[in-house]
Amino acid sequence: MAKPKLAIYWAASCGGCDIAILDIEEKILDVANFFDIVFWPCATDFKYDDVRKMEDKSITLTLFNGAIRSDENFEIAELLRQKSVVMCAFGSCAVEGGIPGLANFYDKESIMKYAYIQSPSTTNAESIYPQPETKVAEGTLRIPTLYNTVRSLGQTIEVDYIIPGCPPQSDQIIAVVTAVIDILQNGKPLPPKGTVLGATEKSCCDECKRQRNVKKIKKFVRPFSIKVDPDLCLLEQGIVCMGPATRGGCGAKCVNAGVPCRGCYSVPSNVRDQGAKMASALASVIDSIDPVEIQQIIDTIPDPLGTFYRFSLADSAIRRSQS
Amino acid sequence: MSFEPRIIGFLCNWCSYTGADLAGTSRMKYPPNVLTIRVMCSGRVDPGFILDAFRNGADGVIVCGCHLGDCHYVNGNHKCIRRIPLTKKILEGMGIPPERLRLEWVSASEGARFQEVITSFTNEIRNMGPMQLKEWKFDPTLETSHAALAGKE
Ligand code: SF4
Ligand code: SF4
Repeated sequence: MAKPKLAIYWAASCGGCDIAILDIEEKILDVANFFDIVFWPCATDFKYDDVRKMEDKSITLTLFNGAIRSDENFEIAELLRQKSVVMCAFGSCAVEGGIPGLANFYDKESIMKYAYIQSPSTTNAESIYPQPETKVAEGTLRIPTLYNTVRSLGQTIEVDYIIPGCPPQSDQIIAVVTAVIDILQNGKPLPPKGTVLGATEKSCCDECKRQRNVKKIKKFVRPFSIKVDPDLCLLEQGIVCMGPATRGGCGAKCVNAGVPCRGCYSVPSNVRDQGAKMASALASVIDSIDPVEIQQIIDTIPDPLGTFYRFSLADSAIRRSQS
Repeated sequence: MSFEPRIIGFLCNWCSYTGADLAGTSRMKYPPNVLTIRVMCSGRVDPGFILDAFRNGADGVIVCGCHLGDCHYVNGNHKCIRRIPLTKKILEGMGIPPERLRLEWVSASEGARFQEVITSFTNEIRNMGPMQLKEWKFDPTLETSHAALAGKE
């Protein structure tokens, strides 16, 4: 019997998700044994045209990492959707926009201007921007064009399953891959569409080993500016920890190592917007009912928006105003 | 046609909703722009509700609750008083004027105050004009427009 086919693709991403897949160590051999890897730009030499020539729905599973940032990202996302039975958004960028989504604080024009003209390390006296098309003797060359807005995979094409994380933890990737192999091998039913794989239903705090008491905060601080208690909840010490607004599944690796959770595992199942959830979590720990003092305490939060939405800006409940 | 703002008002059951009722039964006139939503406590107003209201087309959101010390649930409005400025931070970061969100305390006996608060907020939002959020629908043909980059600076 022919092996099921697997594709792995990166759109607007850092490459970390691909590395995380390679990082599952010897389990990668199970993947290679069980699946026929038909497309994986990071590790194998296939071309887009090879995919275009495949029959529709001939790829059993696609793990798609990276956000949709350019027309190329979208074109390949659509193509892989057409060719795949199961489409998985793999990693924060595909799931909710991730770090590339932070670009949504700005528009394309100002980003291009900064990158190609204004940044201190740029010398571009003639203000030349990269052109989408260039004519040369051999024909017309095209490069991808950025979109105005960064989007998650699910905001552009239909997605079947979600695997959060920046990147997803190796043990979770192994668990998901093993489950998928089991399903395919034994003809078990697939989980319902939209299921979040490789994560829990609850929040990161649920997996955190730190001790929790009643939280009362008079000011927020950065971790380096205080002597961090190794056993006490970070939020209780005034460090903005995204744990309450973040899905569990990572094993609370960061917090248990002394670093505040940055929110990479997407939102818990009962939360729609990570920033709004964080606002309500912080509102419960601020120790004041005086509007002036409350404002002063809030003003000590370092980079509130960049913190609350570090991974989920593209998927936030509200968008930037147009003006 | 002049711009008529759409405003969502979250009113707490025990004070402000009753205050609004009093304004009504006393036949006090105020602009009809506020769509009121009765909640059990201003502390029940999750920042997510406010973002959702804006996302779904509100030009302004007003949250009204009991005066500090009067909360039916003792300290629900203490939560609210801290959530609103945090929610304003989010709005501000998204380029939305934080004045589009307002918190007011209105007791059950303050029908006149409700009238006044709603009138002034409606006028303020009317002056600010409609809220314009970035496009929600994904349209690749619009997205790929090269116009902005067509030439040199
Ligand atoms: S807020 Fe952070 S440190 Fe505190 S319990 Fe949650 S995850 Fe742990
Ligand atoms: S603790 Fe937070 S930032 Fe760290 S891996 Fe877990 S979800 Fe991601």
